Amino acid sequence: MQRKKTLALMATAVSGSLVLAACGGGGGPASSGGKISDGKVVLGLLNDQSGVYKDLSGPNSKVAIEMAVADYKAKYGDKAVAKDIEVVQADHQNKPDIANTKAQEMYDRDKADIILDVPTSSAALAVATQAKAKKKLFIDIGAGTTALTGAQCNKYTFHWAYDTYMLASGNGAATVESGGKNWSIVYPDYAFGQDMTKSYSAAVERAGGKVQQKIATPFPNDNYATFITKAAASKPDVIGIMAAGGDLVNFIKQFNQSGVASTTKLAVGLMFITDVHSLGVDQFKGTTFTDAWYWNFDAQNRAWADKFMAKTKVRPSFAHAGNYSAAMNYLEAVQAAGTDKSDDVVKQLEGKKINDMFLRNGEVRAADHNVVHDVYQVKVKSKDQVKEEWDLEQVVKTIPANEAYAPASPDCKM
Amino acid sequence: MTAFIQYTLQGLALGGFYALAALGLAVIFGVLGVVNFSHGACYMLGAVGAAVLLDATGLGFWAALPIVTVAMFVFGVLMERLLVRWLLRLDPLYNFLLTFGITLFLVDLVKRRYGVSSLAYELPAGLKGRVDIGSVSLSSYQIFVAAFSVVLCLAVWVLLTRTRIGMIVRAATEDAERSRALGINVGRWVTPVFGFGIALAGLAGVLRAPTGSVNADMGSFFIIILFAVVVIGGLGSILGAVVAGFLVGLVEAYGQGYAGSFSQVLIFVLMAVVILVRPSGLFGREEAAS
Repeated sequence: MQRKKTLALMATAVSGSLVLAACGGGGGPASSGGKISDGKVVLGLLNDQSGVYKDLSGPNSKVAIEMAVADYKAKYGDKAVAKDIEVVQADHQNKPDIANTKAQEMYDRDKADIILDVPTSSAALAVATQAKAKKKLFIDIGAGTTALTGAQCNKYTFHWAYDTYMLASGNGAATVESGGKNWSIVYPDYAFGQDMTKSYSAAVERAGGKVQQKIATPFPNDNYATFITKAAASKPDVIGIMAAGGDLVNFIKQFNQSGVASTTKLAVGLMFITDVHSLGVDQFKGTTFTDAWYWNFDAQNRAWADKFMAKTKVRPSFAHAGNYSAAMNYLEAVQAAGTDKSDDVVKQLEGKKINDMFLRNGEVRAADHNVVHDVYQVKVKSKDQVKEEWDLEQVVKTIPANEAYAPASPDCKM
Repeated sequence: MTAFIQYTLQGLALGGFYALAALGLAVIFGVLGVVNFSHGACYMLGAVGAAVLLDATGLGFWAALPIVTVAMFVFGVLMERLLVRWLLRLDPLYNFLLTFGITLFLVDLVKRRYGVSSLAYELPAGLKGRVDIGSVSLSSYQIFVAAFSVVLCLAVWVLLTRTRIGMIVRAATEDAERSRALGINVGRWVTPVFGFGIALAGLAGVLRAPTGSVNADMGSFFIIILFAVVVIGGLGSILGAVVAGFLVGLVEAYGQGYAGSFSQVLIFVLMAVVILVRPSGLFGREEAAS
């Protein structure tokens, strides 16, 4: 009886694999075809390919994701569950409506199993809604809003690299501790700026500092002269600027020329290494900010950054490294689950503790899907400290994951 | 009170810059009747040109001022000869669309070549200091830009209204047929005037480079403020552009001082009020408005 059953099973398996082999054109992937939807795993990169965030993530994140795919294949070889892996990319132009349509296209037409990156908070929230509706994965790297893991969290959405809370608690608290008690905050009056100001004020006050002025500015804005005069009027120790991209550059140049710079420290809410590189370290003398990852922090980061530079001719921002890490861990989860079915992959990711090139003491929190990890307060190097072209940051302090991130929000209900 | 004086000075410094930047727009409209939407893109080209010049040859701000301005003049001449002139006889809307297209083209071209991040550019040597009078203070560079702008605006105004060349140019554009009949070579004057307007945009870009972000998109928003300036001043009026430039600079500075994120809205409120009261702008002629 037992033998008969075994024989029958073997026969089924053999004929089954024959059929599959026939369908798959005799190729390798056929053996796992039943477990992988459409016979292949598709990673979709959705980000800004032409606008202000192009340099800090953009097309080079595709290179990072392809590096993850290559590393995954090299690691598992014949044992890889996902044998056929495709990376597709699209430009969302930082607009939520375009992000929404592109996400639908990626999930439905390109058969994407996961969407990665998506900077710009409003666009990220639109994609999270699509992920929830289509029951497909979404790992956000480029956007900062805490709503992704708060009121608008869902089972299929993960937030990988940073959020506004972590940016504030890192640099905000550390600056207060080093003597910067009184603050003026200048922020662009839209969702990101308001969110950052709220997070920063809370972080500064938690650490015992005081925010004397919160100055709203238009967005975009070219001229900051009078805003700077106003911010300096209350004689603060620190001026915090929450603008990004071109506006941040405008502010920093005019701040340096205003004469306020000699008496007041500057703290920047969100900055990428690409910003420092494009302007030159002189403009940022001693400016501090929170970085999620720095390429020249240790040998492991550097080794990866070297491989990245060989392909792109630039050093990676934390967004590039974050895209690699997210793609790699997704593929690992597919490997562990033996399938790319979303629910099974999510189960693998939830609660996972990760130490990789990007995440140190990382954990994919099961409660809200926020991926928490150690982050860094960094200072822009002075010109004589810079030894090579992209070596622009000096890590002042490592902020442990549990201090850097807020506890899981009670607003999040999966 | 100190704060108010400080804001006023900052507003005047900014106003000088707005006046200069809007001047080219006013000249081109006043003389050719073309609403040059590519003015913002040419301003961007001026700033990017200065940054590229610095990067490629090491030539700094003082060299960039004449070099970039002349290069932009040539660019303007080519633009007029090859493109704009073919549409001059048609509805002004055609040239508006053409220059809008040129804007998109130039912005994407710069993005393709130089990316989207800001290019590096620093203050010129000699203008890094500050001037303090009592408790108010301005950077030397702000003062330089304001003074430079005022002198240039005056020179252009004198050139167009008080000299023979100015008279010919105005006659040629006011009534091309009759001017031709009087033996004036009209075509000869239209091209350099257009080039001159574009050169002014490029010059404003060079002046901006040390104090702002230099990137492909820097003109896209700036052009909107410039349009507000020329509309307030009266389309095509040079004196109007200068006065309105200062007015808008002051409104923006007071707005930043007292109204926070509404500082830009106030510019457009001012524009709306001016249009309601004087549809052709503060110094505009009636026919310019039609």
